[in-house]
Amino acid sequence: MSKSDFTPNEMMTVAASRALKSEDVCFVGIGAPSAACNIARLTHAPDITLIYESGTIGTAPDVLPLSIGDGELCDTALTTVPVPEMFRYWLQGGRITIGFLGAAQLDRFGNINTTVVGDYDHPKVRLPGGGGAPEIASSSQEVYITLAQSKRSMVEKIDFYTSFGHGEGGDHRQRLGIDTKGPTLLITDLAIWKPDPATREFTVVSLHPGVTREMVQETCGWTVKFAETLEETPPPSELELATLRDLKARTEAAHKGA
Amino acid sequence: MARFLPLSEAVAENLNDGDTVAFEGFTHLIPTAAAHEAIRQEFADLTLIRMTPDVVYDQMIGMGMAKKLVFSYAGNPGVGLLRRLRDAVENGFPRSVEIEEHSHAAMANAYEAGAAGLPCAIFRGYRGAELAKVNPNIKSIACPFTGEELAAVPALRPDVSFIHAQKADLQGNVLIEGIVGVQKEAALAARRAVVTVEELVDDFDDLHPNLCILPHWTVTAIAVVPGGAHPSYTHGYYARDNAEYLEWDKIAADREVFRAWMDENVLQAAPDDFAKRVEKLRLAR
Repeated sequence: MSKSDFTPNEMMTVAASRALKSEDVCFVGIGAPSAACNIARLTHAPDITLIYESGTIGTAPDVLPLSIGDGELCDTALTTVPVPEMFRYWLQGGRITIGFLGAAQLDRFGNINTTVVGDYDHPKVRLPGGGGAPEIASSSQEVYITLAQSKRSMVEKIDFYTSFGHGEGGDHRQRLGIDTKGPTLLITDLAIWKPDPATREFTVVSLHPGVTREMVQETCGWTVKFAETLEETPPPSELELATLRDLKARTEAAHKGA
Repeated sequence: MARFLPLSEAVAENLNDGDTVAFEGFTHLIPTAAAHEAIRQEFADLTLIRMTPDVVYDQMIGMGMAKKLVFSYAGNPGVGLLRRLRDAVENGFPRSVEIEEHSHAAMANAYEAGAAGLPCAIFRGYRGAELAKVNPNIKSIACPFTGEELAAVPALRPDVSFIHAQKADLQGNVLIEGIVGVQKEAALAARRAVVTVEELVDDFDDLHPNLCILPHWTVTAIAVVPGGAHPSYTHGYYARDNAEYLEWDKIAADREVFRAWMDENVLQAAPDDFAKRVEKLRLAR
């Protein structure tokens, strides 16, 4: 397999993993964030502290958990605390540097909906709900978001504000008394986005290899803003790709009960 | 004082139609056997509380036992949505279910407040979150010292909480290990606490001094049900049956397939069947 032979999803996971540092204390959402956080741990950030909302602190799973409470997380954790303690001392207490979230629906200001599609009382689709996300979004020092682009997921207006990002933009967080930074990074399968310093609207700063502006716009429900100087995301290294594929293969085998 | 009972009696004596009940477990130690016993005994009009309602609540809602659900994340963890719950919320089938929806932080704090004998929980939460607009039980309160606006939710006080744990000793003390979740709080917040356990041991002497223990005088009834958390898991005993969670997505997708599955695996089954279900998942000890 040649070096350039990787999928958009693999690029997304690797790009997201690169944003994490060994010093980070990261509250990990399930799905795409979980893969990215563990690739970081297995490559350039071996000392990163990964925390899952089931109470596992400093966990180092050999396979990706299917749920946030798989036994693997507890077995490999430094310590496991009760769920109320997790949310009170560790999240509300300000110990989390990065909250890493996925989204069913996302808007340009990093507001997230994982509650309903349609009206709350008469939903078209009843989604699982917020879980830990509403307070992860407000109590983590900053928030990274990762999701695959589509017009269904990246929308002009989300149907429900499950987790508050930058609201209507600008200083909306501060006006609500939220003193954390909120979403500072969005990693999709096509690009890396950062909020504009003034408006807080997510702006594309780097395109993944082979991706054009048109591809980003075609899979996004709002009119995309691009930075004046656009970078190209370095492709996954052989180590990153091999680590990710090994992890996925181990995980798939484990979840089938092999 | 804890009484050792067969599961059928423990459920019959402690659950009533119309009760507010928590079958609590945070991915780990979900009290499936107790929930299935409640389904077999056909309780009705229950208010179901749980932070993470998953397959067992999907089953209870699909059987029409719930009039209300209090929750913070209703999904099949890592798999997707709960399809029987969706059918109830979106189509009112087999009956409509009232929803009281919170965040995890709120539910965890509310259980803790219940265990602490407080009327409400206060925490820094729901800022900018729309749940505060659709759930009248989410209010705010000003800190009397700093003036900071904080969120407040009512304490959770279930009529009865059901939990699953590793072991009980002969006196009826209960030991919980691994991901302990919110079960200690759920048990202490409730008027009655019913515990299923993997096994009975003589005593807890010579164990680590800081283990999570519910003293026997906080527990109403104990039933020994090996495998009673399946398809969830019991740390130190058997692994999570992830394949079954994946399979549930297909079973719950169709009303008739669901009923047939419930008939075969719950209505025609018994607590003793759980031991067989975890046989292939047992860990080397």
